[in-house]
Amino acid sequence: MLLLPAMCLLVTFTHYPVVKTIARSFYGFGTKWESKATLDNYRYLLEDEVLMQVLYNSFLYAAITVPVSIVLAIAMALWVNGKMAGKGLLRTAYFTPTVLPMISVANIWLFFYSPEIGLLNKLLGVFGHGGVNWLGDPSVALYSLMAMTIWKEAGFFMIFYLAALQTIDQNLYDAAAIENAGKWTVFRRVTFPLLMPTTLFVLVNALLNAFKLVDHLFILTKGGPNNASNLLLYYIFENAFSFFDTAYASALTVLLLLVLVVLALLQFGVIEKRVHYR
Amino acid sequence: MNRLTRIVLVSMAWLLGFVWLFPLIYAIWAAIHPAEYATKFSLFAPLTMDNFKEAWNEAPFLRYMINTVAITLIILTGQLVLCTLAAYALARMEFFGRGLMFALVLMQLMVVPEILIVENYQTLAGLNLIDTYWGVALPYVASAFGIFLLRQTFKTVPQDLENAAKIEGCSVLAIIWKVYVPLAKPTYLAFSLVSISYHWNNFLWPLVVTNTEKSRPLTVGMSIFGAPESGVDWSIISAGTLISVGPLLILFILFQRQFVQSFMQAGIK
Repeated sequence: MLLLPAMCLLVTFTHYPVVKTIARSFYGFGTKWESKATLDNYRYLLEDEVLMQVLYNSFLYAAITVPVSIVLAIAMALWVNGKMAGKGLLRTAYFTPTVLPMISVANIWLFFYSPEIGLLNKLLGVFGHGGVNWLGDPSVALYSLMAMTIWKEAGFFMIFYLAALQTIDQNLYDAAAIENAGKWTVFRRVTFPLLMPTTLFVLVNALLNAFKLVDHLFILTKGGPNNASNLLLYYIFENAFSFFDTAYASALTVLLLLVLVVLALLQFGVIEKRVHYR
Repeated sequence: MNRLTRIVLVSMAWLLGFVWLFPLIYAIWAAIHPAEYATKFSLFAPLTMDNFKEAWNEAPFLRYMINTVAITLIILTGQLVLCTLAAYALARMEFFGRGLMFALVLMQLMVVPEILIVENYQTLAGLNLIDTYWGVALPYVASAFGIFLLRQTFKTVPQDLENAAKIEGCSVLAIIWKVYVPLAKPTYLAFSLVSISYHWNNFLWPLVVTNTEKSRPLTVGMSIFGAPESGVDWSIISAGTLISVGPLLILFILFQRQFVQSFMQAGIK
């Protein structure tokens, strides 16, 4: 009985839409329903060149932002966890982007990136460089988005590492000190292996975020130029609410759900591993 | 470790910190100076509050802010009540299919509502809730994350306390309210801070489901305000940005320690 209200809402907004998305991807045509199931939407999926671009972008985006954010997060956590003066201030600095709305900070980044008056190009101008069209050049736009994503996410992941670092037994470090181990050796042999469960946990969450966080696209590039920076969820949004092809958007959503299933399986693997470590 | 590496490491840490804070510092700079100083840095640039005034007049910020606060509060209140009840049921009640129910709940951790925008929009259109607070809030009210966190916490409450309350003749709801809720206070605080910052910043779903000022939150308002077509200059956009992040930022600075610890606590579980 106590479970009922929460369950009703969960079913309405999670399970029912999943089922309906799958149904629509077979029975839907545009915004209408057909009487017979077809594979037309999926056939279109295979022929859609934009989708190939979008998928390539999405995977590249994840493949770069996730590892870079994680490496930065570990570095941040180590610095903030150490004995450095002013580490409280530093921790706040790293963490601030996490609490700010993506949309608002994207507006500031838009200014950094803008071609004529933008801060980055002014800076390059000082060094005599002609400037880069950060968001308008198809070969650069996606990387500009990545830079902002890394800035936004690294501090968030730092928190998990910070939590993990505080659980590491000080004795291990004392032992390492007796052995006269160098700082790098200590990190490689003690800290990093003990952070492994956290890294796996963060990895899955970072991948999930890479696929579901597209807010900055609305401000910075709108997926352009010519889809060079389009990502899967943004493409779903475009199909559903700009091109009004709900059925095709459903087929795309099924694709995204498949990615999530793979991530979920990975997560279960992670939980197994965590148990193993404890 | 020799001195040189140490100096290099420390300066790297501070450089990174500076880069991480820079966008915010810059926004403050641009917002409190006249437009021509947006890219010219001079100690003697005149200070002004005009950008804030203009931004305030240019967009219905007050309305947006009321909307954001209302939506965030509706979601948080709903979450706290529903998740408490569900978490108690999943933690302490024996019933058929409990494991399955918990698995169904956990599904939402992966399949977050923003991914299902297409169908959820249809559902809410069917309920006539497009462009209302409830439309924005409903998909998030039952939070798998909240249920999960609270269930973990409730499981650590000693069964004896509950038995004692039962002997005193407390009803189930009274037991939850008097035994479990007070003991789970840190979890509630952690979850609330995470939830507030998530929903204050949420964009995609509100964008889809709102069409007028009536229910539009700050984030959606900002995306319209900042669009290049609207022809406002950078200083004013910066001022607008600061207005939109202001309340959350103040909250963050005041409760900094709790924020970091909450995110940490929420992360370990």
